[in-house]
Amino acid sequence: MTPFWRTRDSILRDLMADTTEILKQTPLHALHLELGGKMVPFAGYAMAVQYPAGVLKEHLHTREKAGLFDVSHMGQAFLSGADPARALESVTPADIQGIADGMQRYGLLLNDQGGIKDDFMTTRLAGEAALYLVVNAAMKDADFAYIGARLKDQATLAPAPTRALLALQGPLAADVLERYSPGISQLSFMQAKRAKVADAPAIVSRTGYTGEDGFEISIDGKDAERIARALLAEAEVLPIGLGARDSLRLEAGLCLYGHDMDESVDPVEANLTWSLGKRRKEARDFPGAERICLHLLNGAGKKRVGLRPEGRAPAREGTAITDKAGKVVGHVTSGGFGPSLNAPLAMGYVEREFAANGTKLDLLVRGKALGAEVVPMPFVPNRYKRAKK
Amino acid sequence: MSEVRFTDQHEWVRLEGDEATIGITRHAAEQLGDVVFVELPQAGRKVGAGGEAAVVESVKAASEVYAPVGGEVTASNSALETEPAKVNEDPEGAGWFFKLKLSDKAEFAKLMDEAAYREFVKGL
Repeated sequence: MTPFWRTRDSILRDLMADTTEILKQTPLHALHLELGGKMVPFAGYAMAVQYPAGVLKEHLHTREKAGLFDVSHMGQAFLSGADPARALESVTPADIQGIADGMQRYGLLLNDQGGIKDDFMTTRLAGEAALYLVVNAAMKDADFAYIGARLKDQATLAPAPTRALLALQGPLAADVLERYSPGISQLSFMQAKRAKVADAPAIVSRTGYTGEDGFEISIDGKDAERIARALLAEAEVLPIGLGARDSLRLEAGLCLYGHDMDESVDPVEANLTWSLGKRRKEARDFPGAERICLHLLNGAGKKRVGLRPEGRAPAREGTAITDKAGKVVGHVTSGGFGPSLNAPLAMGYVEREFAANGTKLDLLVRGKALGAEVVPMPFVPNRYKRAKK
Repeated sequence: MSEVRFTDQHEWVRLEGDEATIGITRHAAEQLGDVVFVELPQAGRKVGAGGEAAVVESVKAASEVYAPVGGEVTASNSALETEPAKVNEDPEGAGWFFKLKLSDKAEFAKLMDEAAYREFVKGL
């Protein structure tokens, strides 16, 4: 059989491109090895793709109890200046100025054609002038250079490479974190604040990439191992690798940059129009506004959709999507097997007339047409702890 | 009397008379992780040595299984279609993939014996 390291998996394929470079390590590297993590190159870092429990158990455990993820490879930075929110809006269509104190918001970083350069989180911490940003690991150098250059007369971007980032995700995450940070469970989904976690200063947000309730905890690298060990010592918590992180986010219908979106697509095609601020759409004052507003008005030629294949065979990234007459109408951008769904699932781009929920299509898996249906996302209902209105 | 041989693609072959039973090794199953789907060849299909014969998919990855020896498929382990996890539980036993009627015993003789395969895996 094809050895594991030469298979068609999307994460692993990315990894292979990196094998000759010297890999960076997160502050938890020694702990990953001690826990039996299977280390692979990802975005220039040695990261654990799984631990001895395996992807399936790690995935299900996160949905049932709580999982701890090391996401210290992601890019953290602070943006300061006279009006950093206004400055940041020159590269994103998100309503950054409208982020209230103590809130976090999702945004897309766009090029001048409206193509997606990355997705990122912006946090306005209460009482602080600087904005706290988190961008994708694989894109961080490019993003920081782009933001720095585009905003150079208005704002200063200070990357924070010595900070670590942990994600504690799952229905019991709040119970666990409350033991180390009393009061933290009062945060609602997308709220954030500075808090002490096990006596260490942290930025804690109630967000994540799994569709579950949970937190992201930004701390100084020197505190990371002590805090990770404390959380892992709790009975509810298992360490979770990148493999389960990918299957969890796919079930949650969340995009993976470089797969489900890149510079060739705009926010309308990527089905992320909800991330465009209302005021921004009216003002049309963001990169690529002409194309994007035209797409908002008339619809785009293609759209990202969710797909449920019939049977149990997964349709992986790159699989051709055809109509029932056999004409290619799109491609899968992420696909696999959903452990919680107990079935295969995929997302991909299809021509607009095939994008409606319920549309029957075929997926060409190893030369055979496999039936599939366009379905709404998320595939597994999310369980965020939203603020009560 | 049966004899087991291994390939550098991490398949095992157990030969009884001229019937070969084929599966993936414990090492391969561990590397793949949790198997969620297996596609098996139909009885009657002829495969050449090194030809694609089956597919195994884990949560992480899809992977082809090649026929280590050529012949005509006589049976496949349909239990794997409903219980693919058997591949992880007992890869070199109940998790077998398919059987074939061997066309050339010399192909079998060329494969690694167990000691050589264990040595090969150690060197990876």
